[in-house]
Amino acid sequence: MDESGVGSQGALVEPDLARKVLDVALAKGGDFAELFAEDRYATGASLDDGRIEELSSARDRGAGIRVVVGETTGFAHTADLTESGLVDAARAASAVARTGGSGGVAPLAPGPSRSVTVVPVDKSRKIELLGRADDAARSTSGSVRQVSVSYGDSHRRILVATSDGVMVGDDQVRTRFGVACVAVGDTGMQTGHESVARTVGFELFDQEDVEELARVAARRAVVKLSARPAPSGDQPIVIASGSGGILFHEACGHGLEADHIVKDASAFTGHLGELVASPLVTLVDDGTFGSEWGSSFIDDEGHPAQRNVLIENGVLTSYMWDGLRARKEMRASSGNGRRQSYRHLPMVRMTNTFIVDGAGDPEQIIADTPSGVYVAKLGGGQVNTATGDFVFGMTEAYLIEKGRIAEPLRDANLIGNGPEVLRRIDAIAGDFDMSPGTCGKDGQSVPVGCGQPTLRVSAVTIGGTAGA
Amino acid sequence: MPDGTEQDSDLLELAKRVVAQAKPDEQMEVYVSRLDEVDVRAFDGDIESLSSASASGVGIRVVCGGRQGFAHAGALDESLIAATLDDARDNVRYATPDEHVGLAVPDGVEAVELDLWDPGVASFATPDKVQMALDLEKRVRHGDPRIRQVVSADYGDMMGESAIATSTGILATSRRTLCSLSVSAIAGDEDRHTGTGFGFARGPSGIDPESIADDAIDRATRLIGAKKVGSSVCTVVLDRRVSATLLAVVAGALSGESVIKNRSMFAGRIGEAVAVPELTLVDDPTDARSLGAARNDAEGLACRRNLLIDGGILNRFVFDTTSARRAGTSSTGSAVRGGYATTPTSGCRAVALAPGYLDQAGVLRAVGEGLFVQSVTGVHSGVSSVSGDFSVGVEGLMLRGGALAEPVHEVTIASTLQRMLKSLVVIGGDVEWLPGVAAAQTLAIAGMSLSGSS
Repeated sequence: MDESGVGSQGALVEPDLARKVLDVALAKGGDFAELFAEDRYATGASLDDGRIEELSSARDRGAGIRVVVGETTGFAHTADLTESGLVDAARAASAVARTGGSGGVAPLAPGPSRSVTVVPVDKSRKIELLGRADDAARSTSGSVRQVSVSYGDSHRRILVATSDGVMVGDDQVRTRFGVACVAVGDTGMQTGHESVARTVGFELFDQEDVEELARVAARRAVVKLSARPAPSGDQPIVIASGSGGILFHEACGHGLEADHIVKDASAFTGHLGELVASPLVTLVDDGTFGSEWGSSFIDDEGHPAQRNVLIENGVLTSYMWDGLRARKEMRASSGNGRRQSYRHLPMVRMTNTFIVDGAGDPEQIIADTPSGVYVAKLGGGQVNTATGDFVFGMTEAYLIEKGRIAEPLRDANLIGNGPEVLRRIDAIAGDFDMSPGTCGKDGQSVPVGCGQPTLRVSAVTIGGTAGA
Repeated sequence: MPDGTEQDSDLLELAKRVVAQAKPDEQMEVYVSRLDEVDVRAFDGDIESLSSASASGVGIRVVCGGRQGFAHAGALDESLIAATLDDARDNVRYATPDEHVGLAVPDGVEAVELDLWDPGVASFATPDKVQMALDLEKRVRHGDPRIRQVVSADYGDMMGESAIATSTGILATSRRTLCSLSVSAIAGDEDRHTGTGFGFARGPSGIDPESIADDAIDRATRLIGAKKVGSSVCTVVLDRRVSATLLAVVAGALSGESVIKNRSMFAGRIGEAVAVPELTLVDDPTDARSLGAARNDAEGLACRRNLLIDGGILNRFVFDTTSARRAGTSSTGSAVRGGYATTPTSGCRAVALAPGYLDQAGVLRAVGEGLFVQSVTGVHSGVSSVSGDFSVGVEGLMLRGGALAEPVHEVTIASTLQRMLKSLVVIGGDVEWLPGVAAAQTLAIAGMSLSGSS
């Protein structure tokens, strides 16, 4: 990351100016106003087809202003952080205020903020990683015909000031690395990919071996060249540790977001305190979880990130809340208000969502499964939160025969229902792991972490082509 | 009014000023864009949110000695542009030299003048936009007693302008408007189902709120009582919006960039029969009916009509400048980019199948028995344009005696794209133009594996 990137010292918006902007935002009335300022600098590098194709740099700086009047939110944003730019945006956001509201602006009290000093790293060191990964992937097998490698880092500084008097900031540093391979054989082409991403700087690569990452991606593609079509119909599945947390993010997590809950648009509405999952299941969302991909110091509404137990021993214990929904329900935010950038309104979003360790042994769980599917890697998925129905892609999977992992399977989707799958978890091991992902909701993308130990679901529908 | 006019010349002037700084040994491309958007969301008789935004940005590509560097910024002030240009130049140093890398050069193809700008967007007052969303929400909420919730009703519009200038002589501008109205509803009690209705047009007068409301209600209510069915092999009729999603994946595999990099199931198959003889697929951004229509591609060359699959025979891939050079051919005017923040690549903009003669009801009658697919999920995880593997979750209704019968959910359909293109049995004539890559039209495909309860 370049030192010339994110504006160096001082607040993104000085407290006096922030106060003035909030005053303008509430001048026509309103219950709450918020100024969210952001300065982001990112670099990316990609290798494809054996060549370093491109380095890119991105600068983005601006502020979003929100005014809440009763049930209505007004929003405007600007790339102009001067007084006139911010005041214009505040006026535009306040257009929804029709009557004098109750709000005034409390004195801004600077709260705990995090500031990170980013050590510049020469671009040539980033490039070197790409080449090493490319070599490692290609030397895995002669059938690897195409490799693309991508590197990205970002430094995002945010500031949140609200009419409640909150004024806090955070520096978020993120680094990611991914490898995608195409293998070609008699049966056609197959793909494999693997990635790593954390909320840290270049020190990510002190812990992560990009060559091993590349070999995993390459093997994933090569193995599928000899794969048979996936079965169709209901089967037990065993999901490998760390590879399938996305399923619980999609199939259960989204349904526990308060915006869906208060609109009666979730399969989990009205079930607090009830047994909604197998008693083996404890599901947690934790924005403070180490340097995982979804971690931060504060959320994008200035609330401290926190650990929230959503399901405990099968019982639904809480939902996830952003400031707006929490305010309407007269409760505290759970630190789940997130936004893609200053150009977006915050929403209830997950951070790092995972199922905690159980007492089982991963080998034993497979041995106890006479027949089924072993999912070594789940790809992306999608859920209808209103019904809980979900779909997921398996990107590395094997048949289980007589308690042993057998032949590899071609990619196929799994389909099921979130609440049902939670009830059907009948074994959980103690080998917890996480993986990074990008969560999309209402057109906004945010980084999230997902995790789970090896576990078994007694029946899920597999959308393959081979007769079950 | 053609889409390239004085209104956006301030963007072009800005782009030209930056390009004038190009050194003799470097090529430079400056892409500048501005986007004004309004979004209104209604919920439960009230405005949930009203957002208004004006955003602009610049993307700068510098090519020097066969090496490319790129940088972009989300504003247009001079100091930021200067820093972005420095970043782009610095980034050049690290790329691998490649003789094929370079900017577009004017190729003499005249751009077709298209009217993609509806002045009705600018003159549509904010209170009227709000009312449109509120009315839609109310219409769906009270449209059918089985509707239990309207999750949201959204009105959105945008006015976008862009300009490209390069040191190789490209000067191009474009502008467009788009309006959308959509609603998402939940029907049923214990047995809940969702339905979404939407419509797009260049301006508000092209939006039909009544049909959008009816569509959402119909899609949600007709699924009440949906069950999982047993696995079988059957003919599926894909609703036209589902077909648009499928065609967009096929179009992705026809991108020259994917082909030359061994990431397409169509690589090396030009001249082969890849589909049934009834299938002709064209990418025509010069067809103003398409919401993907454009005067220029993302490198500033004129967009043109490209015949991709002709009577089932694979005829052509689409190329941008760099992928064309790698493939030893010339650009087909098919550079696309995701705004100022990405570099161009090759891709389709306005794909459509030569239409058949039947409307959807006619297709259902012609097929007789099978599964009508109303919506699909898991396309990005379950469909690969590289291997052709296809597996998606579906909701829909069984088709019996040519009519829609009992509703079905929580099942998947699977095949491979290669097999599906050769198993098309009916192509509908009910073309709907949508934003995104492909037009929508009802399709029927035989021999799909339906996977449900064992």
